[in-house]
Amino acid sequence: MNALSEILTPEYWSVILLPALIAGIAVSFCSSLLGVSLVLKRCSMIGDGLSHVGYGTLCIAVAMGWAPMQVTIPIVIVAAYILLRLSETSRVQGDTAIALFSTSALAIGILASSKANLTTDVSHYMFGSILAMSRGDVILSVVLSICVILVYLLFYDKIFAVTFDENFARATGLNVRFYNLLIAVLTAVTVVLGMMMMGALLISSLMIFPAVTAMKLCKRFRSVMIASVVISVVCFLCGLLLSLCWDTAVGASVIAMNLLAFTTASVNGALRNARVKRLQEQEQEETWQTENC
Amino acid sequence: MALLTCEHLTLRYDTLTVINDLSFSVESGDYLCIVGENGSGKSTLMKCLLGLKAADGGKLTLGDGLKRREIGYLPQQTQIQRNFPASVQEVVLSGCLNSHGMHPFYTKADKQRAAEQMDCMQITHLANRCYRELSGGQQQRVLLARALCATKKLLILDEPTTGLDPVVTTDLYRILSHLHEDHGITILMVTHDVECAVRHAGKILHIGKNVSFFGTCAAYQESELGKRFLDASASEGGHCCGGTKEEVS
Repeated sequence: MNALSEILTPEYWSVILLPALIAGIAVSFCSSLLGVSLVLKRCSMIGDGLSHVGYGTLCIAVAMGWAPMQVTIPIVIVAAYILLRLSETSRVQGDTAIALFSTSALAIGILASSKANLTTDVSHYMFGSILAMSRGDVILSVVLSICVILVYLLFYDKIFAVTFDENFARATGLNVRFYNLLIAVLTAVTVVLGMMMMGALLISSLMIFPAVTAMKLCKRFRSVMIASVVISVVCFLCGLLLSLCWDTAVGASVIAMNLLAFTTASVNGALRNARVKRLQEQEQEETWQTENC
Repeated sequence: MALLTCEHLTLRYDTLTVINDLSFSVESGDYLCIVGENGSGKSTLMKCLLGLKAADGGKLTLGDGLKRREIGYLPQQTQIQRNFPASVQEVVLSGCLNSHGMHPFYTKADKQRAAEQMDCMQITHLANRCYRELSGGQQQRVLLARALCATKKLLILDEPTTGLDPVVTTDLYRILSHLHEDHGITILMVTHDVECAVRHAGKILHIGKNVSFFGTCAAYQESELGKRFLDASASEGGHCCGGTKEEVS
């Protein structure tokens, strides 16, 4: 704890930690909401695929000397749209299409950056550096999270319908493609921002872990959404604290916290199931005995 | 005018023609079963009726003031749904979305309608239960209540008895008869179970590779195609459904 009080000078707090805190909470918030939809729609790999594309694009942007965010975000949005269309229409299966597409993008990006001899400059996006996020990144994260909250507030019922049963939703006249696209675009932006923070390798677990943990705990769609957000933000805060205390990588710490939450929820669920099963068996035995008497 | 009319309908997947020059119509108040061998294009036809696939030839017209989004649909359950964390009420309410337009939230009338349909399906006591914890038969009732929220006229069912045990299957056919007779809902069902179809439906549409049949149940049982198909199904020991309820030990 000594280390913590030493580095927590007012300056450090306002210049580095506060922006990181705001951006981190915003991105955790978005990724956990979107994560629920992605996991339930069985496309958790889209997050992973997009992070590969994002990293590849980032490499190219840095190699060419372009502004990384302004180039990466639009391209990843386009990639999200293409990935969605690929898994919708092509005869190549969705996950195969994602793997092919995203690794190709990554390879091209790495080729470009190795040609330009910039590997040291881009490699920190592999693992992220939340404490080095610029003011612009922070503002963008906040704007994004406001957009995500608005979308989920306004279209909550429709997002539920599209997630639960796409064919039924389409048959009853819902514009399924629009809502899928909306989710894809928001996911794309979240992935790019999350990549700055958590790193390209870890961002997809930030989307998946809170959602899966929440699904173990809750039984209603609404409560799954809320629990997912709470778990995500709490895990982020704990992870950040952990990384400050022990001087570990932020992204990895946050994911470790998520893993802890998930394990706890799993064990809890398994114990509860065992208890219910035991009760049922007891009941059965009792009825059996009374019948035999 | 008929509720739904298909004229010389042709459906294709790329170069493979699944349905060729099919004509039939569904009148208001019909109970029509669509039967046929595996791969005869039943599911494809259903997709077309629901507007999920465009016709490649001929045309499909809706009549009697039926709008595209007023069709109730009971799909086959997917793996995604079986493990979906949602309450019964949330699922049933989602059937009301089609009458919404741009309105973002459910209205009181929607909730009222959902409550009525849950009552009709006798699942009101399950309203707050988690969908994935219900039995197969209960889940089917929930999806049926959702479909009824979406329609007052036409219900389209896709293999509704797949994976249900005989008791629950009987139950489902009873519910459908009740909806058909007492609520005047037109029923259109795709099924592989031709014996049940003949017992419960008013009309049969049999689609096959080269031959097809459209007419009343009685005519179907007399027809060459119907006889052959029913015999094959009987010799295979097709399971009992409807009529008398089986006793379970």
